[in-house]
Order: sequence, then C-alpha cells, then structure tokens
Amino acid sequence: MWKSLLALTAGLLLAGNVSAASAADKLKVGFVYVGPIGDLGWTYQHDLGRQALVKELGDKIETTYLENVPEGPDAERSIEQLVRAGNKLIFTTSFGYMDSTLKVAKKYPNVHFEHATGYKRNPNMSTYSAKWYQGRYIQGLIAAKMSKSGVLGYIGSFPIPEVVSGINATMLAAQTINPNIKVKIIWANTWFDPGKEADAAKALIDQGADVIMQHTDSPAAMQIASERGKLAFGQDSEMIKFGPKTQLTSILDTWGPYYIERVKAELAGTWKSENTWGGLDSHMFAMAPYTNMPDDVKKMAEDAQAAITAGKLHPFKCPIVGQDGKPVECKGGDHLDDGQILGMNFYVKGIDDKLPGK
Amino acid sequence: MELVEAIILAVLAASTPLLIAATGELVTERSGVLNLGVEGMMIVGAACGFAGAWLTGSVFIGALFGMVAGTLMSLVFALMALGLAVNQVATGLALTILGVGLSGLIGAGFVGERITPAMHLYIPVLTDIPLIGRVLFGEDGFVYFSIALIVGVWWFLYRTRAGLILRACGDNHVSAHALGYPVLRIRTFAVMFGGACAGLAGAYLPLAYTPFFVPGMTAGRGWIALALVVFSSWRPGRLVAGAYLFGAVTILQLHAQGWGVGIPSQFMSALPYLATIIVLILLSRARTGGSTAPAALGTVFVPDR
Repeated sequence: MWKSLLALTAGLLLAGNVSAASAADKLKVGFVYVGPIGDLGWTYQHDLGRQALVKELGDKIETTYLENVPEGPDAERSIEQLVRAGNKLIFTTSFGYMDSTLKVAKKYPNVHFEHATGYKRNPNMSTYSAKWYQGRYIQGLIAAKMSKSGVLGYIGSFPIPEVVSGINATMLAAQTINPNIKVKIIWANTWFDPGKEADAAKALIDQGADVIMQHTDSPAAMQIASERGKLAFGQDSEMIKFGPKTQLTSILDTWGPYYIERVKAELAGTWKSENTWGGLDSHMFAMAPYTNMPDDVKKMAEDAQAAITAGKLHPFKCPIVGQDGKPVECKGGDHLDDGQILGMNFYVKGIDDKLPGK
Repeated sequence: MELVEAIILAVLAASTPLLIAATGELVTERSGVLNLGVEGMMIVGAACGFAGAWLTGSVFIGALFGMVAGTLMSLVFALMALGLAVNQVATGLALTILGVGLSGLIGAGFVGERITPAMHLYIPVLTDIPLIGRVLFGEDGFVYFSIALIVGVWWFLYRTRAGLILRACGDNHVSAHALGYPVLRIRTFAVMFGGACAGLAGAYLPLAYTPFFVPGMTAGRGWIALALVVFSSWRPGRLVAGAYLFGAVTILQLHAQGWGVGIPSQFMSALPYLATIIVLILLSRARTGGSTAPAALGTVFVPDR
C-alpha cells in the first residue's frame, strides 16, 4: 500500500512539474485591484482592459488578478504573492499602492511593475495615468449649454489635485459659454459609498443645481438625477443604463490599448521604465456617446473633442486667473505645464467656494 | 419651505437603515450576546434582497429574501458563538469578512441590473400638504416599518414578561439559567432577530435608497449601527434619537458644503460621528450617570447539565 501511495505521489509531483513547465512558456501578467471587479467604475474598467489584453494576446500570456486589495501593508503582501507566483509584469491599479509597489520593485529587480496614477518610478517600475481633465473640459462646455438654472452640482471625492483640476477644467470651459455660471461643490470624502453619493446628489439638486457631475465611483448620483428629471455625467464607465434620459456623456477609462502595448513590449523584450500620461490623442480614455442634448450642443462637444485630440485646444490655456484675482504663472508657454496641473491646489476665479485645507 | 421638506425626507431615508440594523443589534445585545457581524449580515441582506426583487419583480419579496439571508448568517454566528461557545468578538468579525465575500459572490450576476425601487405611499390630499405631507404620508414602507419596529421592541423589552426574561439573560445568565429559563435558546432567538433586522436594513439599500446592487454598498453602515447601540446605552428611545441625529447631521453637512459655508469638508464629514457621540454621552450622563451595558454582554455561557 505504501508503495502505491509513493507511486501516486511521484506521479502527482511529475504532473505538477509538467503543467508548471507548460505554463512557463506563457508570460504571466498580474493585476492588483483596489475594489471588486463589479464596482461598475474604476476597477471594472481596469478589468475590461485586462479582458481586452487576454483577447488580443491570450495565446501568449496568462493573467491573474487580485481584487479588493486594501491600500497599505496588505498591498505589499499581495504584490509579492503575485511575484512569487511567477508573474513577470504586474499592474497595480490604485494611487495608494505607490509605496508598496516601489518596495516590492526594489526587492525583485527582474520583475517589471506598472503603477497607475502615481509619480514614483524605478528602473523596473513605470507609471501610467490619463489626462481626464480634457474630458472634464468638454463636460463643462456641455453643462453650461444644458443648464437652465445656471447652477452646476459637483460631487468630489477628496480634494486632491486630480479632482481639483477636473473642477477647474469644468469651470473654465463653462465660463466660455456662460460667464456667470455657478458651481456647488460637495466633498463626499470617499471614493465609493452609493448612499452618501446619492445624498450629495439630492442636496445639490435641492439647492438648485440641474446638471450633476461627479468624481466618485458609483452610479448613485446618475440614478438620483434620473429620478428627479435632471441631467448628469457618468464617471469612469458607461452609466447610461442608470439614466437613459439623463446621461449627457461619461469619461470612460479605456486601459485596454495601453495594457496590450506594454505587454507586447514585455514579450518583445523592449519594456522600459516610463511615465505615460496620455490624453484623448493616445486613447487612454474615451468619451461615451453624446446623448440627451440638441444637435448643436453635440456638435460643439465633438468639435471640442477633435480640437483637444489634435492638440489645438488646451483646457488650461493662459491666462488663467485664480480665486484671488491674480493670474496664475504660465509655465508651459501658452498653457499651464504638466507639473502645474498634476499638483493643482487652487480654484480658478468664478468658483464661490473655499478649497478644503486652503 | 420645499428645501426643508427635501432635507427632512433625505434625513429619514439616510437614517432608516441605521435604525433598523441598530434595533436588531439592541435586542441581541440585551440578551447578552455581542454580534459584531452586523456589517456582514447587512451586505448579504443587500445582495439577496436585490436578487429576490430582481427575480420576482417584487420589492416586498426582496425584503423578505434580505431578512431570511440575514437570519441564516446570524445562525452561523449562533452555531459558533452559542453552540460551540467560541469567542463572540472573533466570531462576529469573521462573520463580517464572510459576509463581504459571500455578498460579492451572490451579487456578481446582478451588478449593473436595475429594479423598480420601493413605492412611496400616496394618499390624495394628505400627501399634498405642504412641508409635512410627504414626510408623514409619502414615505416608503421601510420607513414606517422601522418606526413600528423600534416601538414594538420598546414595548417587548419593557412591557412584556418575555422581554424581562430576555433582559435577565443579558444581565445574569447564571441566575436566569438557575430559574429554569433556556438561556441559549433565548439568546439564539435574539441573535436571529438581530440577523433578520440587519438583513432587512441591508436590503433597504438596493431596494429603496439606491436601486441597484454593487459589492460593498453598505460602506460601513453596520459598524455605525453597532456604535449607535453602545452610545444609546442600550435604550430604544435614545437609539431613535441617535439614528436620526446621525442621519440629520450627515445630510445637513452635505447641504452646508453646497451653500459654501467654508468649513473644511474633512471636518464636516467627521461631524455626524462627533455630534452623535457627544449628544448620546451627554444624555446618558444626565439621566443615569453612566453606562447601562447588559452585565453579561459578550460573555460565554455554557450551561451545566
């Protein structure tokens, strides 16, 4: 009996080795997600990108993902787990994974890492993000045209530069249509709490806003705007299902092309540490179809999108005047430079609110 | 005037899930059991509630699904913490982790689906009264039920013999046992009641509050409900005050931000917690001079047969 057991064990070990060998032929690519893949927003879009990658290169690669990984010490353990499982290229898809990714990257110089929305890099660690403020600018134009009350409602997550630059881009665009446009800003102080996002949307509408914009992740605000017969913009993903007569457009995170490009580079052995900050021209994000608006507004939005894509229109074109009435220094020639946008911590003139912490 | 009405409506909607979940936990804790798994039972209730409503097209059946799911979750807790006398704190925390995972699994197929949310009451003339019409006569069934529930629990705990026995189990399980009361059976029922309430509170979110399901949508409301029970010093009246106060400050701080009051939003977001804690502590100090926790809360009881 012992003999047969031994033979069985040996057989199993052998089988294990064989399958490991065949898997080694394929490049292993790992993903770390901050939310569940069903969040209908941020993580959902990253997973769509992963699926596009599998569809394109499925015969050459094998992907693994870990979802709901909290930012902090847990992240480090999860990233390391992916390394030990043999992943050679690992995408960590949330700002809060920055230090954890860097730490693991320094420990494993032969593995390549890609961190989304951060700014710390290493010879084996790239960063990637998108110029969403370009999309916000288009939304600002549409919002100013569509608002009857002249009051926009904006639900923010946290007062970080990415969100602040989105608010500013929206208002700079809206002011070109209606110089007296107002915006009411509510900070939810969370990325994801459908109930609270819904409450914020209700408060904004009750205070007179008729176009709702959000920088939080759930479709709750869209759904409330739909219930109240107002208009709204989606966030991260297509939300028209939650407001068929409400959604004007949505900024769609389209990570697929980037993931495919980077994995191809890895396969070809040409992967390098880079800092990618792509806009509409590089397909890092896309605009959902322009819906629920008259044709002239739609045309205006499409023209603006074409101009931004072609590099003819910059949302942060100078002169830009801050809340204190003083013009902002123009470091990028005729527009603000990338550093100024990435570190934006002021409101532009015309926003009657105080930036938290200022 | 319309704004005041809108604010009151939003406050009631935001407070109701807290009130329902906290009422259930109040009964559980009054029987001497500390179940920290409220968040887990709520999120499973949310997933199953949405599933039930989506499959049958009925919000009422969805709510029942949520209650049953919460009860089943609480039975897992009862089996461990009461049947096998495992540490209640550890079991409760494990129940939350289990619930979060389980709800994601159950709800995965329903993400992105829509349902018709719970109907709001409409009585001609009465509902149209300005200011109070919609507040009193235009709510959904969950809101009315939550008020009936807490009144019922108050009556049960303080006006019935069964309530007295339940409280006795929570204060001194050895004496209750010596008097011949089936302590573990009573506690199991209390835990199940808590589970049903948590499941219903969870189901309220995708059935009435935001009519869609996404994983993690309870977003910590179970923990707030738990805290409310403690800060209300285990009294139903204060629990109502605490739940509505928490909801009111939550909504008012959002409005204050919209008006541009100029107070940092981080502080505003912390305000509901601060205000609720301060008011409930003041209340409990003024009346009874301290906490009135059930004496046997969280302690393991193994009857000698």
